[in-house]
Amino acid sequence: MNWMTALFVREFKIAARVGGGALIGVLFFLAVVTVFPFGVGPDLKMLARIGAAVLWIGALLATLLGLDRLFQADREDGTLDLLLMSGRPPELIVLVKCAAHWAATGLPLVISAPVLALFVNLEPTAIGAVTLTLLVGTPALTLIGAVGAGVTVSLRRGGVLLSILVIPLAIPVLIFGVSAATAAVGGPTPFLTPLLYLCAISLFALVLGPVAAGAALRVASD
Amino acid sequence: MTLYDLANPTRFLSLVERIMPWLIGATVLALATGLYMAFFYAPEDYQQGVTVRIMFVHVPSAWLALLCYAMMAGSSIGTLVWKHPLADVSAKAAAPLGAAFTFLALFSGSIWAKPMWGTWWVWDARLTSFLVLFIMYLGIIALWRTMDDPIKAAKANAILTLVGVINLPIIKFSVDWWNTLHQPASVFRTDGPALHSSILVPLLVMAGAFTLFFIMMHLMFMRNEIYARRIRAMRMRAASAAQPHANVTAQIREV
Amino acid sequence: MDSFFADLPRHAEYVAAVYLMAVAVFGGLLTVALVVKKQRVKELAELEAAGIRRRSAKKQG
Repeated sequence: MNWMTALFVREFKIAARVGGGALIGVLFFLAVVTVFPFGVGPDLKMLARIGAAVLWIGALLATLLGLDRLFQADREDGTLDLLLMSGRPPELIVLVKCAAHWAATGLPLVISAPVLALFVNLEPTAIGAVTLTLLVGTPALTLIGAVGAGVTVSLRRGGVLLSILVIPLAIPVLIFGVSAATAAVGGPTPFLTPLLYLCAISLFALVLGPVAAGAALRVASD
Repeated sequence: MTLYDLANPTRFLSLVERIMPWLIGATVLALATGLYMAFFYAPEDYQQGVTVRIMFVHVPSAWLALLCYAMMAGSSIGTLVWKHPLADVSAKAAAPLGAAFTFLALFSGSIWAKPMWGTWWVWDARLTSFLVLFIMYLGIIALWRTMDDPIKAAKANAILTLVGVINLPIIKFSVDWWNTLHQPASVFRTDGPALHSSILVPLLVMAGAFTLFFIMMHLMFMRNEIYARRIRAMRMRAASAAQPHANVTAQIREV
Repeated sequence: MDSFFADLPRHAEYVAAVYLMAVAVFGGLLTVALVVKKQRVKELAELEAAGIRRRSAKKQG
């Protein structure tokens, strides 16, 4: 377990330091949420209706933002080759890197969500619901994104392509996340159904993401 | 790539040359029969009128769009498990075809929507799923085009394709779920009441014709891709022959 | 036949649009395949004329 903790600490430090890390993601999240009322109008009733969706889309975009550097930076300076040659399973390396990436970028998004929810006029129940769904769902976004990051790791400017590859796979997360958040304040479905689906998708991504991204890293390194 | 591997594509090419005339003949015949049946044998729907004939393009296209993805997934397993170059070629050749069929399914669905519901696009579960599939196809094509090394591109694409094939049912399920949440009325009736044989037979003939066309185009695209790889290998050989001390030879071995 | 032409005015343009697009897509794919094939065969012939052979060509003589 020791090497995993060490790797986690290293990854977290780098993610928190490089380019502002956590703050830059939250800042981008804030910018996206701010832009929405300018696009759709300042009608508070409507904002309350689409608020959960705005927060979720903002979180999705903010997560995609830094994903292209997830493995690429380590590949460029040779760290990735060292990690893979160390004999540790690539799946676990991916898992630890994802955990650190989520802790540095996903978690700050979840923490800042209640504040940003005020801008889109969400009521307290909805704020709690959207924060909970983001807490459950953003790890899935990072893990699914890791597959895209692994597949595009050898590309010099793979950022946009990565987003195009990852967004279709992230649609179920978005659907169930937003559905659960809106169901909490009186939708046609109970809150628990979409939330449990969201949990299932996150658990599924917990397996699929590391396996696929690990395979992609093995391919890229040999 | 060893001699043994190269022999396989050569045999494959001669096989393609041999069956291509028959395949073209069968495709033309099936398409002609299908078109004739679609227009003169199938009756009009009492509700949809003449627009029911759109179905004879829409449903086979949608079917081929999925079949093509299944084909790519099968080839991807060939790439990852057996590392067969022909599987790489097959997956690469299938991607634009799948995108074309998905586009055709989307286009015909959109055109069908206009007289049926008065709008060019409905966020119907089936159309939406196909839109997502279309984006996935385009992403796969983009990934093929951005990676230079054919072997690494094949493996990266194989992983992406397989992740996609695992996710497709989840996407389909979530889109269906989302759709019932927002508009309870289901729209396309192809899986609703049982189709009468006067519709079903032309539909199956058209589906067969589309499948034959797909196989024909897939073989043609595969042949083109094999030619492209030979050209690439020969150019690299020429480059290494021109400057014998450069380490280009190391690259050739990779190809 | 009669039923087809009798009903032409009603939404026939939608059906025509779909079938024309199908023809365009099929024709486009076919054209691309044939044009690319012609180019590549020509290029292969040029390379072989320049004396560059594939490794397997040696064995075949």
